Amino acid sequence: MTETQGSSPSRRSLIGWGGAGLALGAAAAGGAVAMTRTGDDVDPAAAEAGAAVGFHGSVQAGIATPVQDRLHFAAFDVTTTDRAEFVQLLKDWTEAARRMTAGKAVGEGAYGGLAEAPPDDTGEALGLKPSRLTLTVGFGPSLFKKLDLADRRPDALVDLPTFAGDALDAARSNGDLCVQACADDPQVAVHAIRNLARIGMGKVVIRWSQLGFGKTSSTTPDAQTPRNLMGFKDGTRNIAGTETDRLKKFVWVGEKDGPDWMVGGSYLVARRIRMHIETWDRTSLQEQEDIFGRDKGEGAPVGKAKERDEPFLKAMKPDAHVRLAHPDSNHGATILRRGYSFTDGTDGLGRLEAGLFFLAYQRDVREGFVRVQRNLASDALNEYIQHVGSAVFAVPPGVRDKDDWWGRTLFSEEA
Amino acid sequence: MRAARLSVVTAVTAVTALTAVTGCTSKSDAKDGDRVISVTATDAKCVTSKKEISAGHVELAIENKGSKVTEVYILFPDDRIVSERENIGPGTKQRVTAEVKAGDYQIACKPGMKGTGIRQDLKVTGGSVAKRDPRLDKAVAAYREYAQEQADATLPLVATFVKAVKAGDLEAAKAAYAPSRIGWERTEPVAESFGDIDPKVDVRADGLEAGQTWTGWHRLEKALWQDKKITAAEKTLADQLTTDLTDWQKRVGKAEITPTSMANGAKELLDEVATGKVTGEEERYSHTDLVDFKANVEGAQKSYELLKPVAQENDAALVTELDKQFAALNTLLDKYRPNTSSYAFTAYDKVAAADRKELSDAVNALAEPLSKLAAAVAK
Repeated sequence: MTETQGSSPSRRSLIGWGGAGLALGAAAAGGAVAMTRTGDDVDPAAAEAGAAVGFHGSVQAGIATPVQDRLHFAAFDVTTTDRAEFVQLLKDWTEAARRMTAGKAVGEGAYGGLAEAPPDDTGEALGLKPSRLTLTVGFGPSLFKKLDLADRRPDALVDLPTFAGDALDAARSNGDLCVQACADDPQVAVHAIRNLARIGMGKVVIRWSQLGFGKTSSTTPDAQTPRNLMGFKDGTRNIAGTETDRLKKFVWVGEKDGPDWMVGGSYLVARRIRMHIETWDRTSLQEQEDIFGRDKGEGAPVGKAKERDEPFLKAMKPDAHVRLAHPDSNHGATILRRGYSFTDGTDGLGRLEAGLFFLAYQRDVREGFVRVQRNLASDALNEYIQHVGSAVFAVPPGVRDKDDWWGRTLFSEEA
Repeated sequence: MRAARLSVVTAVTAVTALTAVTGCTSKSDAKDGDRVISVTATDAKCVTSKKEISAGHVELAIENKGSKVTEVYILFPDDRIVSERENIGPGTKQRVTAEVKAGDYQIACKPGMKGTGIRQDLKVTGGSVAKRDPRLDKAVAAYREYAQEQADATLPLVATFVKAVKAGDLEAAKAAYAPSRIGWERTEPVAESFGDIDPKVDVRADGLEAGQTWTGWHRLEKALWQDKKITAAEKTLADQLTTDLTDWQKRVGKAEITPTSMANGAKELLDEVATGKVTGEEERYSHTDLVDFKANVEGAQKSYELLKPVAQENDAALVTELDKQFAALNTLLDKYRPNTSSYAFTAYDKVAAADRKELSDAVNALAEPLSKLAAAVAK
């Protein structure tokens, strides 16, 4: 595969400013980068809520494309060991995704067919706009073992080490593959996962899934930087969709990285991070601000006036979240975040089961999430959060055209 | 499977639809005699005035000149009823009307209201042809036979169960409980189509409607396994079970069955498994869920096998998938019985959560493609 991302800006590469905040809640200001609003290659239609985001491209949509408001993320176990059958599923999924992201119903639709047979499409998204639905597929480490592809497993797709404070629930972790559905309308995102799961019956089974709301990071300039459930602004310096250099450096797998089939892909780390919001809410404002290393109102780094002012890390407490998560504290390690808030009822002890569903894309998991998360071992924020779910996936390059399909570069020998 | 389902008006759907507009002795709007067929029924003969009529409204003017009470039917080639009139006493006249499309039918008189009746052919011409693949008619007839066989075979097993209950023999009653349900579970969609029998014999405590008395298998199941005693009330209920299931046995032959209802019935059996058996709700006291589970799968497989020749032509990939998934589910089920010629399955409360999930996944893997069988036979 010779095509590289960034060389052919798709209609998805949109307006954006700098913003490459790091992990949870971090918001290192990015003065210079913040001005790189281009707008030259803006697709006005895609920027508008409700519009369709192009499905085809050298990279998958749903990574550097503008972050939507809602998420339905699903991790699947593959129940077949027949590689050809799995490839057919990927082709069927691609076709369904192509239709759904364009706002069309799956197959022959939700009505008007044979009265005695169930319709192809489940129907709950009828009449709704495409809502900028993006569907992004990734392959977990276990898939390579299950389908006897161990020799094609990328080195960068490491099994995550155990991090201090992890309390991982196996029922909310791992998976052979994943689908990230993002949309401005939650019904559209849920519909997409539901229909893919239906198509996959007999071949894949949902292992766990997560609904998310209120994006906590942005890949485009927003009027307001989104806040997480702790009330802090998040993702001020996240990588923008137009920052081709930073995307190339930190997000997309390049030709020299190997393996070939991953060129134009990325690696996804998904973490379910529970927040102990009740104790957080009893914490003084000063302590909250010290923990993050920024103020709550404006979001300015300690000692600065504006959210996007360059942070002076040494002014922050040694265990401040922004300080520990900042690239300067991590040999420049930078990741692209797409996190969402979640609340899943209560935990049986009268506490809100809430937190952040953290999604990070990077060119190499070892240089991205692992490096940063290790550095966060002494994070003052750890007293208020706990990582309870974890998964890592190799996200293959994009579906180039109508004849292409998810995972072709990995499975083309079977095609 | 992307069936060629845009041609909605297939023969099957057309035929199914028209049964809905059949009536009995409604007002005689067959003004001219051309639309009336006189039927003279005796104890030995069934004489009809016409062997051929054009499509549309038709009226049978029936006169019973015999000595026995009789009934008269207009039947589709697979014996499904287009229209019928029962209880026509000796010396009386009755009228039956129906809306018929082109095709081959039969008129049947049943002196004494028994047996398959004395048949006369009726050819309906013109209009759209309600023609169905003869293999499907054969499948329906074979399935009807299967349903009857299952009911016939069930009653002696029920008798054994009832006898044990009435004898107050707790252990014998427990042993006879699950086997007595197998035939019912295999053909449940047919039984349920009657509407009134299922709530009497197979209802669970949580399925009772306000004011409904709990009767049937599961009421007895609770007595045997939870209360661990048989009182006079249970003995009465056992007799009631016999009465209700005898009613079922008599009515099975009259169930309306079509190729699509067979296909969807197969899917419904898997749905039964998915909602009631996999969760352990169905047999919550006896934990014999896997026996019902197996019977449901067998019943679904019977429908499928009968429809397979036609499905194979219309959607070979679906048939391949269904064969594979039926085999996979059956193999999995066999893990839970030491002897494949026996219905002695592991008690479901001994099946671990992870194993239940595996069973559930296998059911979904089969039920989803099975839901496409109706389209494959209706093409």
